[in-house]
Parts: sequence; C-alpha cells; structure tokens
Amino acid sequence: MSSQDIPEENLPAERAADEHAHGAVSVADEKHPFADPGLPPHEHRIQDIDERAAKRSERTVALLFTLSMLATVGFIASFVAIPADRIVYIFPLGHISGLNFALGMTLGLALFCIGAGAVHWARTLMSDEEIADERHAIAAEPEVKAQVLADFKQGAKESALGRRKLIRNTMFGALTLFPLSGIVLLRDLGPLPEDKLRHTRWSRGKLLVNVNTDEPLRPSDVAVGSLTFAKPEGLEEHDHDFQTEIAKAALLIVRLQPENIKDKRELEWSHEGIVAYSKICTHVGCPISLYEQQTHHVLCPCHQSTFDLADGARVIFGPAGHALPQLRIGVNDEGYLQALGDFDEPVGPAFWERG
Amino acid sequence: MKKLSARRRHPLAAVVVLLLALAATGGLYTAFAPADKAQAETVAQSLAIDEGKKLYAVGCASCHGTGGEGSTDGPALAGVGAAAVDFQVGTGRMPAQQPGAQVPKKKVIYSQAQIDQLAAFVASLGAGPGVPAKEQYNPEGADIAEGGELFRTNCAQCHNFTGKGGALTNGKSAPTLEDVDPKHIYEAMQTGPQNMPSFPDTTLTEKNKKDIIAYLDVVNSDDSESPGGLELGGLGPVSEGLFGWIFGLGGLIAVAVWVAARTAKAKKS
Repeated sequence: MSSQDIPEENLPAERAADEHAHGAVSVADEKHPFADPGLPPHEHRIQDIDERAAKRSERTVALLFTLSMLATVGFIASFVAIPADRIVYIFPLGHISGLNFALGMTLGLALFCIGAGAVHWARTLMSDEEIADERHAIAAEPEVKAQVLADFKQGAKESALGRRKLIRNTMFGALTLFPLSGIVLLRDLGPLPEDKLRHTRWSRGKLLVNVNTDEPLRPSDVAVGSLTFAKPEGLEEHDHDFQTEIAKAALLIVRLQPENIKDKRELEWSHEGIVAYSKICTHVGCPISLYEQQTHHVLCPCHQSTFDLADGARVIFGPAGHALPQLRIGVNDEGYLQALGDFDEPVGPAFWERG
Repeated sequence: MKKLSARRRHPLAAVVVLLLALAATGGLYTAFAPADKAQAETVAQSLAIDEGKKLYAVGCASCHGTGGEGSTDGPALAGVGAAAVDFQVGTGRMPAQQPGAQVPKKKVIYSQAQIDQLAAFVASLGAGPGVPAKEQYNPEGADIAEGGELFRTNCAQCHNFTGKGGALTNGKSAPTLEDVDPKHIYEAMQTGPQNMPSFPDTTLTEKNKKDIIAYLDVVNSDDSESPGGLELGGLGPVSEGLFGWIFGLGGLIAVAVWVAARTAKAKKS
C-alpha cells in the first residue's frame, strides 16, 4: 500500500533519468482526437544559468535572515531597556507607548524577514523543475479486498459474539445506557428563572436615587429637557447583587411639559411631567439612553430602536417589539420622588413565557 | 519711449497699491476697534443689554422673534440664560446658516464682547443659568477617575467613551468633544443645546461637571496619551475590525498575488 502513496518513479531524481519526463508526447488516435502536447519545455531562471546571480540571491536571503536576527536582538534589547510607561510622540500615531512601538516594530521586522527570506530562497535557488504526478487507481487490488474480508470473518468467529448471547445483550445494554449521563447533565442548563424576569427591585415607596450623587431626587431637581439616571433606594454599588439588580431596575428620568404628553396613561403615571422609564431596551436589553430632548425620542445605540417618550415610549423605529415599560411615580410626604409599585410588565427583551 | 512708460508703471504697481490700501484700512481698524471694546466694558449692565438688543435685532430676531418669543424657525429664548448664548454664539453654532437637522459648529463671527452683550440681553428676557466662572470649569485638581465614571454613565452613550462623538437619528449627531473649550463643555451640560439633554447642577453637581471636564482633558485632547497607537478614530471594534479586514487581509492578499505574479524565469514571457 505505502508504495502507492509515494510514487517513486515520479521523484525528480528518477524522472530526470526517464528521458526528460515532460517529453511524454502522445499521438492522436480515435479515442483522443487531439494529441497531448505534453508540458512546455522547462525554462531556466537567471540563477540556474549564472552562478554570480545565484550568489547574489544567496547573499540577499542571508541578508534578510541576518536582519531578522538583528531585529530579534532589538526586540530583547527594547524589552530590557525601555520602561513600560515611557510615552513618545511618533507621527502620525501621536503620543504612544515607546515600548509597544519598539516591540511591535522589531517583532514584525523579525518575522517579516524570515518569511521574505524563505520566499526569495524558494523562488530563486530551490529547484523549480515542473513535475507531473499521475494518479494511481482508487480501488484496492482484488487480493487486498479478499484478505480484509477474510480477516473480518475470522475476527467475528473468534469473538463468539453470535454464540455467547449474554455478553452480546449486556454489551448492547451498556452502550445504550451510556449516553444518558450526557443527557442528564443538560439539567444544569436550568433551573428556570421562575419569576425573576417579571420583577425588579422597585416597589411601592422606594425612593428614586440619582446615580450621580447617590441622593434621592426631588421633583424640583429634574428640569425640563434634562436627563437623569436613577436606581432604587437601598441598592448600593458594593452590594454583591448590584449588577444583576441594576440590570433590571435601571431607570431613566426625563421631564416633559405635561401638555406635550400624548399618552393618557403616561400622563397619569407621571408626576408634574416627570416620567420614569426602564433604561433597558426591549429588543435585546442594551442600556438605552441616547435622549434627544427636543424630539423626546430615545435611541438605542445597538440596533437603532427609537422610542417616543412623549407617547408612552412607543416604538417608532427599529427592531424593538414593544414600548419601554414605564414606572409609576409620585412624591412621598417629605417631597421626594418615589415609585408607586414595580413595573407592571417585565423589563427588557421579550421571552417565550412573557405573554 | 515704450520702455520708459513700462518702467513708470511696473506691472506689480497695482498690487503694491492694493497692499498699501489694505494695510491702511487694517491699521485704521485696529486703531479704532479697541476704543469700542473699552467702551463696551465700561458701560453699565443696562447699556450692555441695549447693545445686545441691537445685535440681537440684526442677527437673531429673524428666527427667534424680535422679543425672543420664538417662531417656527427658532425656539423661544426666555429663560435659556446667558450660558446658552455664550455656548451657541461662542462656538459659532448661532447665528444658524440654514435650517436642517442640526446646526453645526462653525467659525465664530462675534467678538467675546459682543457675545457678552447678546448674553446680557437674552438673560434679561428671563432667569436662566449664567456664564460659569473660570474656577467652576477649571479642571485642575479634579477627580479624573470619578469624571470618567460620570462621563460613561451620563455622556458616553452619545459622545462615545472618549468623547469622539457619534450618530443620532435623522441626520442628527453628537459632536466630538476633542479640544472643546472647558467653558463650552460646562455650558453645554448646564443648558442642553439643541437636542442634547441638560444636566443641571441639581442632578449633576458643579464638582461632577468639573470631574468630567478633567477626564476629557486627559483622554481627548491633542496631547492625550494613547499607548496602543493608531486609534483609528477611537470608535471601537467596528472601525478596528474594518481596518483589519480591508488593510490587514487586503495587504496579505496583495503580497501573495505580487509574489506569485512576478516570474523568476530568466526569459520573461
């Protein structure tokens, strides 16, 4: 078999002896109306003819490899010599780290020179004789086939699988049961989130806390045309569950002129024109806060879903499926803005059981 | 004869005369202009308002109405405050050149003294935020890390993480904050120009604003350090990926084609 993988008669040394392999010209006959012209005659490179040119190529390749060596030495030298925080000005890159620049340049040069040297070597000095390698037959020889069949039959007989039924049946049982362990592990994809997707930290009486100042907001703090982000009272940044909670509870607060609010429920759920909406896009849950105060539109940076905050945060453009959930707000006895309950629908992207 | 007249009127004579005339005009202007400015600085507040009203009638009234009441072409100006005027006129956005999705930044055509007069007039229409004092927006000694956090919470959604700007809806865009005067950044946060929401002191304190300005000063000025080099606009993975695909892969393909296309044979075909 292996002798067929390396057709030795096709190796260059053999073929040179074989009356210049390219000359295998056939003549036209009935089956092949056009004569096979064979390969064109081999053309020599200047390096094959002129030894001085070959020497020049050799020197060029050696120079490239030497340059690569120098660049590697340069890489190590820069790593040792240049402090990591040295900033240098290099046009047109600007103020960049000198170490990064030196490491990148020397490493790039070292690799490039190895590649360029190898390519130049192969193109100008290595043998470029054309070789035609004929395919051998794909089918195996008849005696090989017969041998394999005989081997298989003998193996089946020696295993006595047909005779000893107990072994056969228990083996089938073992092989059938084994994949079950893989299926059981899929249980770890759960458990299902239960009602976690439907509820957030907001509840009746929770104050709206400004994320910039960590202070609860008063209606007078929120000017018309301003944009404020809020989190529920009691949720601190160092809490272990801060990220999971803020991912659902993040709130964006804007103030509109009450007469500009078109949606009746939105007006009802606002306080003196102050409206609070979920900051989580209902498409795939990006934080959405590109608020345009003149048009009252808020744009999601991920897929350009656009919501009209003056009209119940209706979707006016983009792939989002439903309006941003609004949080009903009011003021407490001390004059601070407070939530009047949780969101009445799940925030963020839709899911199967959302309804 | 012909030669003599040609020498009397050298071909460059007209140019020289023109240059002299220009120099004389410029000289006369510089001689008189400071006097105007000095006068403006010494007049009482009411006089500044009067001057501002005159400037307003010429440059602003066609869109904002003769009394700042606004029209279909421009919003009402009562209550926008001196800070809004200083920002809009001081960055060249106002007076607007043409209607459109957004009024762009352009060459400033008023002197600071004239801008102050305009601001005084508009401030007299209704109470609003005043022009900030230097110590309010001077970034010296501010908390840069805190500023970065505040910037990413409040500003980065539109202006990009390092203030390179970004696109909004229907042709509007958030401008780059590169080399914007700290005073103008402060005023923009306070007044919310055009479609930008405002961030009044009640929700973003004076110190918060100062921190944000200090952060921008570090990450987004002419001599900001960028250890990686070649920021490609600082726009993030999209521009970097595009650059890698087009120039990185394109370069490799070009080299491969070049290597294969050049024949090494002695006899070129």
